[in-house]
Amino acid sequence: MSPYAWTWAAIVAAGLLAWLTKLAGHAVPESWLEDPRVHRIAAFVTVALLSALVAVQTFASGRALAVDARVAALAVAALLLWRRAPFIVVVAAAAAVAAGLRALGWG
Amino acid sequence: MMLDATRQQALSVSLATGAYGLSFGALSVAAGLDVWQTCALSLLVFSGGSQFAFVGVIGAGGGPWAAAATSTFLGLRNGFYGVGLAPVMRPITGWRRAWAAQVTIDESTAVALAQPADHREARRTGFWWTGVGVFLAWNAITLLGALLGSRIGDPADWGLDAAAAAAFLALVWPRLAHRRAQAVAAGAAVLALALTPVAPPGVPVLAAAAIAILAGWGHPRLEEVPE
Repeated sequence: MSPYAWTWAAIVAAGLLAWLTKLAGHAVPESWLEDPRVHRIAAFVTVALLSALVAVQTFASGRALAVDARVAALAVAALLLWRRAPFIVVVAAAAAVAAGLRALGWG
Repeated sequence: MMLDATRQQALSVSLATGAYGLSFGALSVAAGLDVWQTCALSLLVFSGGSQFAFVGVIGAGGGPWAAAATSTFLGLRNGFYGVGLAPVMRPITGWRRAWAAQVTIDESTAVALAQPADHREARRTGFWWTGVGVFLAWNAITLLGALLGSRIGDPADWGLDAAAAAAFLALVWPRLAHRRAQAVAAGAAVLALALTPVAPPGVPVLAAAAIAILAGWGHPRLEEVPE
């Protein structure tokens, strides 16, 4: 096969594996979900994964850590959430702070 | 038409996430994939982190199988999301389950579980509207990015990277009412950042699941568990 065809094969394989991974989670046996321990861990897992994602999206720059415009934007977002601002306001304010700071040449 | 809060969240998340399809499309073509391959990745893999990793490996001169392996590894967290969503989505079978699996990503999970636990219908609405909304926006804008290529600007200039992080923060926020959930969130964030310089991409976020296992293993009081 040509390199082009191999790339296609890898794309289809990656798609199939991605879907099977997602399906595996939905297909866990009912009896597992009824186990209180599995139930508790599943509830904490989504909090842990999403929190880790926020941290990485805020501070990671490739494999280095950086303090830049994103940190200021997230601080403003946290303040607004604490003041019970609506979702769309929080998201728009974060974008505006980051874009504004970058336009001023910082971060 | 007035949309309720759940649908408003779903639409704003879909647009903000979809906008990133522009950089994916452009990066993928720059890495040497053609427009069809780029669109196939967005349709079939449909998980931003996995797709950026796939074209990143190809762009760095790696082989297609290394690209597929890295992409799969980065997608493992979607499996955990499925377990968390199962109690909300069941009963679900056949084509509906196949579609639910395809659109099980960070965004659809986050919006679903940000809705009140005693309002299952709102959780399902959040899941489907966000999952399908991101799917449509992501694929359409991927095509645009692939066609425009390097002529587009950097989404970071518009603050969209910070908007994505803020959206996830807002979505996880209601689940941090109790001390134990706050401790899990803080522990997960610190662990992920500590691992970022030393572990391969994907590991830092996935490793945070260990914190959740520790927190859920013992016997926390029921009200401490984020529903």
